[in-house]
Amino acid sequence: MDVHDGARGTRLGVEDPWAAALDVGPWQEPPRPEPPERTGVYQEVQAGEAFREVRRRYRRFAFPASAAFLVWYLAYLLTATMAPGLMARRVDGAVNVAMVAGLAQFGTTFLLTWAYARHARLRRDRAALELRWDTQERVR
Amino acid sequence: MSGAPMTGRGGAVAAHPLAASATEHQGLAMTLFTVFVVVTLAITVWVGRRRSDSEEFFSGGRMFSPMENGFAISGDYLSAGSFLGVSGLIALYGYDGILYLIGFLVAWLGVLMLVAELVRNCGRFTLADVLSARMRERPVRIAAGTSSITVAVLYLVAQMVGAGSLVSLLLGDQGGYARAWSVVGVGALMVVYVAFGGMRATTWIQIVKAVLLLGGTVALTVLVLLRFHGDVNDLLRAAADGSGHGSAYLRPGLKYGGSWTNRLDFVSLGLALVLGTAGLPHILARFYTVPTARAARRSAVWAVGLIGVFYLMTMVLGLGASAVVGSDAVRESDPAGNTAVPLLALDLGGGSGSTGGTVLFAVVGAIAFATILAVVAGLTLTSSAFVAHDLYAGLRRREAEPGGREEVRVARFAAVGIGAVAIVLTLFAQGLNTAVVVGVAFAVAASANVPALLFTLFWRRFTTRGTVWAIYGGLVPAVVLVVFSPVVSGTPGAIFPGADFHWFPLQNPGVVSIPLGFLAGWLGTVLPGERADAGRYAELEVRSLTGAGAV
Repeated sequence: MDVHDGARGTRLGVEDPWAAALDVGPWQEPPRPEPPERTGVYQEVQAGEAFREVRRRYRRFAFPASAAFLVWYLAYLLTATMAPGLMARRVDGAVNVAMVAGLAQFGTTFLLTWAYARHARLRRDRAALELRWDTQERVR
Repeated sequence: MSGAPMTGRGGAVAAHPLAASATEHQGLAMTLFTVFVVVTLAITVWVGRRRSDSEEFFSGGRMFSPMENGFAISGDYLSAGSFLGVSGLIALYGYDGILYLIGFLVAWLGVLMLVAELVRNCGRFTLADVLSARMRERPVRIAAGTSSITVAVLYLVAQMVGAGSLVSLLLGDQGGYARAWSVVGVGALMVVYVAFGGMRATTWIQIVKAVLLLGGTVALTVLVLLRFHGDVNDLLRAAADGSGHGSAYLRPGLKYGGSWTNRLDFVSLGLALVLGTAGLPHILARFYTVPTARAARRSAVWAVGLIGVFYLMTMVLGLGASAVVGSDAVRESDPAGNTAVPLLALDLGGGSGSTGGTVLFAVVGAIAFATILAVVAGLTLTSSAFVAHDLYAGLRRREAEPGGREEVRVARFAAVGIGAVAIVLTLFAQGLNTAVVVGVAFAVAASANVPALLFTLFWRRFTTRGTVWAIYGGLVPAVVLVVFSPVVSGTPGAIFPGADFHWFPLQNPGVVSIPLGFLAGWLGTVLPGERADAGRYAELEVRSLTGAGAV
């Protein structure tokens, strides 16, 4: 369960965020300061080095990985529909290139999913959570 | 995924072991299915006693665990179309069925990496929440609500047509009465689940269904592999022999080969599948049922694992049906192949007339029904959220009541309305090919929702006008192209087979309408007249990646 994320990840000495949320009642919007002031805080955070680092880490993984899986899938799709002869080559026994390529699509999907989740957990989660409580404190 | 390739023409069932043993397994299948309905109604009643504010009704209280949500997502995504339809496609056309399947899985990488966490952080209940976080609210809510309802209703009709065909196929009904009544029954049940139980009941129903579906599939897969002593090579050879196509069965081209139009049509479908999943409204809504973005990511990881394993087993079942039952026998029972898995179950259990065969067959039938019910409940809930939270709230002028009680009340009535509309449309569109309709739903999602969503999340300069243009610029071409495609007129399988006003050659509009959606969003932004609100983008961007200010 992720309910305890907050308590584990923060160094700011904020009390359990879920307890705070429950005080207000989960169905109510928390009270918010006036827009100009709030926007100012968000713009400062956005320009800050800590946030830019989180964003850099996210984008450096997610964007190339997305491009890679799309290109790989489209290459597979186009080869299968436009050049079926290529896919028919025998590899071993009844197994041909098409079968191997199809299973490779499964394999890369599982692999990328694991790699992305691991990257996010190790490289991004903690920094993002600190920024979250930090920003919410300043906006409050 | 979807109602995939059930053709909805469940005529040719007679003169077959299925029809012959119909009365035996009918009773057992009905009993099992009744048990499922009773259990799900009990869940609904139990959940319905809770307080229902909008947070509870639309997102089930946001406290589901990643594992629970992962199962619910699979329950939402995997339909009878994948259980019966795709396995049938594999049984008949071999590799091309597998090709079709892979797009549905690979698409989840996009959902996981680009959408799940950010959408969880930025929205409350619907897609329009994310878009309107940095845009002017009214036009964006109305546009996103319209496109999402279009997607959900297309998908809903496909599922319900599938339910009707399933009855005809499994119970051997010829008259069409049981078929019509089953559509009405499915429609009534989904309205009850949603109106009384909201998201919490829907989620539990999807979890129960996912467990049943995966359990049944695991059992059948094990039986197939045992039959071939775990030798995959053996299974492949037997499947190729059983298909009557020989080695052509194991390579692409049996279904999507031939003319270049046919091939381009499949590329268009593949594009729609891989991009559209990230814009499916009922899938996006599921990410709001967990407390944090991290939990949303972990539920997507669970979903990838469950869906991937399910599809691998579907491949084995499809190949097994060809190897054990034989493609000719499958085709004779149903030309679209939807009965491949039921026939396989009958055979694996000991054949027609045996106790084992009857039990397995009944279990498969009941699971297929449970599957359809869980998917339509999710779709109805999402549609009611769009009506109440986006369209109604977007058009309303006065202040909202605290706690969103008014929205919940509207949503309950909306669920009834949507159920009625879906039942009527389904009865009117009985002959529709559900595989094609689902493909179109994915294409609309990919053309209208995905460009607007990705630009909103990642493009600093994106404006309100760009958002509205992206949505309508994808939605309108997609719908117009479908109206003038062979789906609606000019072919024997069309909605109006008698008329012919089609000029667009492809069944799936994706290859044209998806680029148009992106182009329209880009144009609406770069043309002079409106500047992006830098402050609100700062808030959205910080919120999307850190969760600051997320509900």
